[in-house]
Amino acid sequence: MTAWDLLSDYTLHTVAMGAAILGVISGVLGSFAVLRQQSLMGDALSHAALPGVCLGFLVAGTRDLGWILGGALFTGGLAALTVLALTRLSRLKTDAAIGIALSVFFAVGVVLLTVIQRMGGASQAGLETFLFGQAAAILRSDLVLMGGVTGVALTVVLALWKEFKLVTFDPEFARTLGLPVTLLEVALTVMVALAVVVGLQMVGVVLMAAMVIAPAAAARQWVSRLEHMVVLAALIGMASGIVGAVISALGAGLATGPLIVLAASAAVLVSILFAPGRGVVWEAAGRVRERRRLRGRQVLATMLSLAREHGDPDYPAEQGMLDAYHRLGTHGVLERLEARGQVRRARHMPGEGRHWVLTPEGRREAERTLAEIGPGGR
Amino acid sequence: MQAILDNPALMIVATGLMVGAASALLGPFLILRRNAMLADAISHSIVFGIVTVWLITGAVAGPVQIAGAALTGVLTVVLTELVAGTGRVKHDAAIGLVFPALFSMGVLLLNVYAREVHIDAHTVLLGEIGFVWLDTVELAGYRVPQALVWMGAMAAVNAAFVALFWKELKLATFDPVLAAAFGFRPRVLFYALLFLVSGTAVAAFDAVGAILFIAFVIVPPAAAYLLSDRLVWIVLGGVAISAVSTLSGYGLAVAWDVSIGGMMASMTGVCLAAAFLFGPRYGLVAGLHRRARQAVENEARALVVHLATHEAGAERQEENVAAAMHTHLGWSAERARAVLARSIDRDFVRRDGEALELTETGREEAEALLQPWRRGGG
Repeated sequence: MTAWDLLSDYTLHTVAMGAAILGVISGVLGSFAVLRQQSLMGDALSHAALPGVCLGFLVAGTRDLGWILGGALFTGGLAALTVLALTRLSRLKTDAAIGIALSVFFAVGVVLLTVIQRMGGASQAGLETFLFGQAAAILRSDLVLMGGVTGVALTVVLALWKEFKLVTFDPEFARTLGLPVTLLEVALTVMVALAVVVGLQMVGVVLMAAMVIAPAAAARQWVSRLEHMVVLAALIGMASGIVGAVISALGAGLATGPLIVLAASAAVLVSILFAPGRGVVWEAAGRVRERRRLRGRQVLATMLSLAREHGDPDYPAEQGMLDAYHRLGTHGVLERLEARGQVRRARHMPGEGRHWVLTPEGRREAERTLAEIGPGGR
Repeated sequence: MQAILDNPALMIVATGLMVGAASALLGPFLILRRNAMLADAISHSIVFGIVTVWLITGAVAGPVQIAGAALTGVLTVVLTELVAGTGRVKHDAAIGLVFPALFSMGVLLLNVYAREVHIDAHTVLLGEIGFVWLDTVELAGYRVPQALVWMGAMAAVNAAFVALFWKELKLATFDPVLAAAFGFRPRVLFYALLFLVSGTAVAAFDAVGAILFIAFVIVPPAAAYLLSDRLVWIVLGGVAISAVSTLSGYGLAVAWDVSIGGMMASMTGVCLAAAFLFGPRYGLVAGLHRRARQAVENEARALVVHLATHEAGAERQEENVAAAMHTHLGWSAERARAVLARSIDRDFVRRDGEALELTETGREEAEALLQPWRRGGG
């Protein structure tokens, strides 16, 4: 298969478009979920889609995507309400409620799966592909449905943008403004089920949680405005969706869901490490730079103090003595100071260690440091 | 003896009971620490551990394999803490980022080595408790199902752990700071607990798969938690509830010819729903009943206080009559009649034509409410 064949491949186009649609909806809705610290709710909703998939199949009698997605939406919403009921009406906390909804709904799904299997083969019905996703099974007609669901979700988000934003960042204030906060929160949660529904064929029920969380978590590292975050999350979701789906569709026998999830996870890793401003690597580098600068100033101050005590501005300080004074090897520090022209090497007797003298510039820097520390300092 | 061990039904139920007991022994500590979702994370990511260990050692079952794969579970928690520790994402999002990535790697490895590993993606999710009796090992001259041996061993280890460290676990769960002050090392204990959860997940993997295991860890202890306040009853109750679920689940699965593991896990959900609705102290029905009784009690109190307030005044003719309950207390005629009937039954009020008069008991009740400081001679 040449590169051109690849680019014009019909299946590949379908898969890439499906992945793009999925990326948009999960990125947008995931942003709200992550910011509202409802990340794991997505996990419950995605596992809870399994019984819905089976119910949809049982009702329709065939692998009709409309019914299946409808069923998934129904049980997903039911799981969300279960979590809500358990946390509001019993002494169980959110984590336990999510775990309960997730595992029990999935168990019911497993039972229903065997019911279908007995009736005439779930693998024949192709329901197993909903577990881990199989991008190659997506049809053009499916794209219309996925696009439609995404369109509805985006329209709702755009129409209620201000309200959702307020509820996400300051629910208390939203309440004082008279907004129906609980209703909006429930809407945001249940809409995650829409994203799950769109991702069923690509990622499958088991891993959809990652698709809700990862693009949003990655996007958050690069930007700090909700508008930007939502758009960037959609783009990252699209990119990881396309990468994963295309690798899978090339036919190495790899499930699509895990590939997409790993692509999204890689995006998160890169973002956490390297995002400008927030990246862990930059922070670590900044800390090292800061420590070095501090060490340099400490050594300069020590040398100035020694010079003052000896009444000799050009007092040559021995490196070993500075080492002992600072309880660390000052070699690197002194060489960096030398490169910046703040110290210079002094002549010394053979057999003695290296000696260093402050340059006028080094002396000014050291005086500034001592002045900052104040009279109480060394 | 061998006849018993060759009976598939008995072996399936015995394995189920061991899975339930081993999981329910550990679950309460996760739920009470609000870490229930770690069970979710661990049970997903041990798939990666199982495949990796298989690739290294060439076997799936055995103590080394269980311990090795269980390390992945601990690794999940360590990685989650690491990701959350960067401060770049919240804790819940960190969980949802780490385990899908590990799980995805596990599934992809399964795809790649599908031909060589006897576990496929299907088993990962659903387990095959119906076939545990096929895979046996020689033990003291008897052929025993392998899954039963390892599950029994894990149940024994977990029981020993919980019994030996009961006091420490209890303190570390409810007051980790005090536990640390006593030198109990709550973090070490917690990681030991997570290691055992992981080991149990690995041992239970063949029987119930990765996801149904979550139901066994979280749901029965959560149901027990809805029934009792005492840790010992939560632990033992969880074990009992999981036994009930296993037995009823097996019966129903055979009757309906559906997934045995799925039905057992579904039954834990039914038990939880029962505890949620009908629990004597924290159940929904009991709560509603209590509230209704409280409302009745308050009505009677309102009446006696009303009568006592106006007893001595000139307005007595107007206030202390049956009609005033409707006009002054704002009750509907029907409600007023019911309250009056109950108050007369309880000997709070005497009726003299239209006039209402407090009895001795009624006056005492009113005084206790109006002047609570006089009560009990304190």
